[in-house]
Amino acid sequence: MTSSVSSATITLEVLRYRPGRDQAPAFQSFQVPYREDWVVLDALNYIKDQIDGSLSYRWSCRMGVCGSCGMMVNGTPRLSCAAFLKEYYPATVRVEPLEHFPIERDLVISLDDFMQKLPAVRPWIVRQDDRPLDAGEYRQTPAELDWYKQFSMCINCLLCYSACPVYELEPRFIGPAALALVARYNLDSRDQGREQRQEIAAGPDGVWDCTLVGECSTVCPKDVDPAGAIQRLKLSSALEWVKNVVLPWGRR
Amino acid sequence: MVEPSEHDILIIGGGGAGLRAAIAAAEMDPTLDIAILSKVYPMRSHTVSAEGGAAAVIKPADSFAAHIEDTITGSDWLADQDAVEAFVKEAAPEMIQMEHWGCPWSREPDGSVAVRPFGGMRIERTWFAADKTGFHMLHTLFQTSLKFRITRYDEWFATRLLVEGGRCQGAAAIELRTGRVHLVAARAVILCTGGAGRIYPFTTNGAICAGDGMALAYRAGVPLKDMEFVQYHPTGLPPTGILITEAARSEGGIMINKDGYRYLQDYGMGPPDPWPRLRAMEMGPRDRISQAFVHEMRKGRTIKGPYGDVVHLDVRHLGEKKINQKIPFVRELSLHYAGIDPVRELIPVRPVVHYMMGGVHTDVWGATTLPGMYAAGECACVSINGANRLGSNSLPELLVFGARAGRAAAAFAREHQAINRPALITQVLDEEYRLSRDFLRKEGGTERIATLRAEMTLAMEDGCGIFRDEAGIRRTCERLADLRAHFPRIALDDRTLTYNTELVTALELDFMLDAAQAVAHSALARAESRGSHQRTDYPKRDDERFLKHTLAYRTDGAPRIDYLDVVVTRWPPAERVYGR
Repeated sequence: MTSSVSSATITLEVLRYRPGRDQAPAFQSFQVPYREDWVVLDALNYIKDQIDGSLSYRWSCRMGVCGSCGMMVNGTPRLSCAAFLKEYYPATVRVEPLEHFPIERDLVISLDDFMQKLPAVRPWIVRQDDRPLDAGEYRQTPAELDWYKQFSMCINCLLCYSACPVYELEPRFIGPAALALVARYNLDSRDQGREQRQEIAAGPDGVWDCTLVGECSTVCPKDVDPAGAIQRLKLSSALEWVKNVVLPWGRR
Repeated sequence: MVEPSEHDILIIGGGGAGLRAAIAAAEMDPTLDIAILSKVYPMRSHTVSAEGGAAAVIKPADSFAAHIEDTITGSDWLADQDAVEAFVKEAAPEMIQMEHWGCPWSREPDGSVAVRPFGGMRIERTWFAADKTGFHMLHTLFQTSLKFRITRYDEWFATRLLVEGGRCQGAAAIELRTGRVHLVAARAVILCTGGAGRIYPFTTNGAICAGDGMALAYRAGVPLKDMEFVQYHPTGLPPTGILITEAARSEGGIMINKDGYRYLQDYGMGPPDPWPRLRAMEMGPRDRISQAFVHEMRKGRTIKGPYGDVVHLDVRHLGEKKINQKIPFVRELSLHYAGIDPVRELIPVRPVVHYMMGGVHTDVWGATTLPGMYAAGECACVSINGANRLGSNSLPELLVFGARAGRAAAAFAREHQAINRPALITQVLDEEYRLSRDFLRKEGGTERIATLRAEMTLAMEDGCGIFRDEAGIRRTCERLADLRAHFPRIALDDRTLTYNTELVTALELDFMLDAAQAVAHSALARAESRGSHQRTDYPKRDDERFLKHTLAYRTDGAPRIDYLDVVVTRWPPAERVYGR
């Protein structure tokens, strides 16, 4: 390190938990060099490389697209590769695993619940008939693409689940990211699977659980707006109900 | 070791190639028992970071011959022409399949898929989903794969391939959550583990790109092919190495030096106007543009930045609307990671290690030299990329050869039912013992993993960078041998079983040292300049001696180097010309 680098440091308080070894999670403090261009992930990597190799956390792309490195940073769900130390300096930065998930080890949470919910919402194109490849692509205008594009930007980082007060109280709730995917496929002009997804989306653990706090959209690093997706699903479910139950003669 | 599992096909790696292979095998025969084992959840795989697009012939003005010729020229004639032909012809239906599976391709006003120009391509043929093409392809493949009966071992780390009776019959793998070492037996194995960019200090590659599959195959006796060919992408963002996509240039961006001069015209890529122009200037191939940077730096015409020399990428003239529409991620990344708004400011960039043209030696069906073992995607070398890959060929490559490997492995598995379970269990117990003895229970280590890793990356940059010579490569070979000798002295702070990421980084370093040695020794032996392999002591291409693939075989010391003729069918080697 050259002498021009300042000797400033910043303190990270990191929640540690090693099952079988620690009785309960507890904070451990680390002092790391402070650099303006460092994100929280850089500081964690410094700790792991230079101070304590036993600190465990997930990361890979460090450009906000692989979705691995979600953590609570000073109480807010963030991608640690996108949370700059300068946002907090000179105060201490407190790093914890994402809330509302079981901790596997240190900052590593269990994704099991989400990984089970994901296939349940049928996040793929459903067709009655498959189009042969030699018939070429489906036509989809830029306007039709815009209908669902925002909801296709989810990186599955799970910050939204960590911010969701409903999920905290009712873990069966399908949750923001998975419901955004329901909207993503329902709104795709190539898809015919809305009815298949309706059962789960409008079911007891679906959109009607959502109390529209909107925290999911606030913390989303990709502007997916899961709350908006859920509102759209509620609206289309309600219209469906009106069509089928209130005005059954209108249906054919 | 707990109860072993057994499958028809085991796919190691859950990125684009692995998912495509799994779906292809499942569609071919729904009764097959297929498993994907990956050290990360599939949607974390590095395919996610690909930005600019995926090439395939679909527009009426385009032709297979044109895509084939562009790819072969781009490869500096080192690609196998039968492989390129198969690749180009199957890329289009594969891309249409992706469309049918829901990939949100950007569109023309009439609803057909839009295409953009890309470096080294003579016509617009690159499909794109804004500038998050890899992200959308990966999630489309992953979500589609959920329809099929595919077993997944998420966050399992394969540490050894199991060879028995001359066949690959599975892998030993650590379940990261528990730290247990398992036998995952299979009638056929497909490696889809991606690249090894992390052997260099400045790379676009995510932390997970550690050459795992390359090293696994190499240790099982399979040669690594053309490892000396390492792609530097011309536009990496310092200090992180985050990629600024080539699409920034294909949408009209220009590259300028400290005098505001479009310097590429001085390196056989000009004239600069009219612009934009295909196969010229900023739309040239990546190897040539990265090499031009080094020349500019030596002439003192680059810009001194806080993280070393840079040139400027200028997209300001595209305007805010087009930037937001066509390259929104470029703006997001520049704003966030460099504090630069490309709408109003110049983006500082420099060449960055991006892609391994080389990899596990396979035939056009993805088969390696070891029966029952296949490879596809960046970890494989078929080869369609030769000495330099054209931008937007890697995404269709992982589809075409992922699907081919999936089908070939399915056929092999049906014909080779026998699994020698007792012998495999013995091997896994042996592997479990090795991991315990050499890592988890080893005492007296003194070297930090991060220190050895940093030394390895610097050795690679010094001797196996954009320009190379014999003395420099030799020094790198020696430094790598020294690191290999020091590796057993590493110290682990973490001796626990649950989610021991330090053990993973130690094993990754072990793999990376293998890949790095294969790169360096292959580079030393190739006494010519071709594509991304530029030897200042041998500045000319030498078809007489080196129209050949390098094959590196692992030994206890330096790799043994052998050669294999390039397949030339209809396109004899010629001068590689851009700019006119």
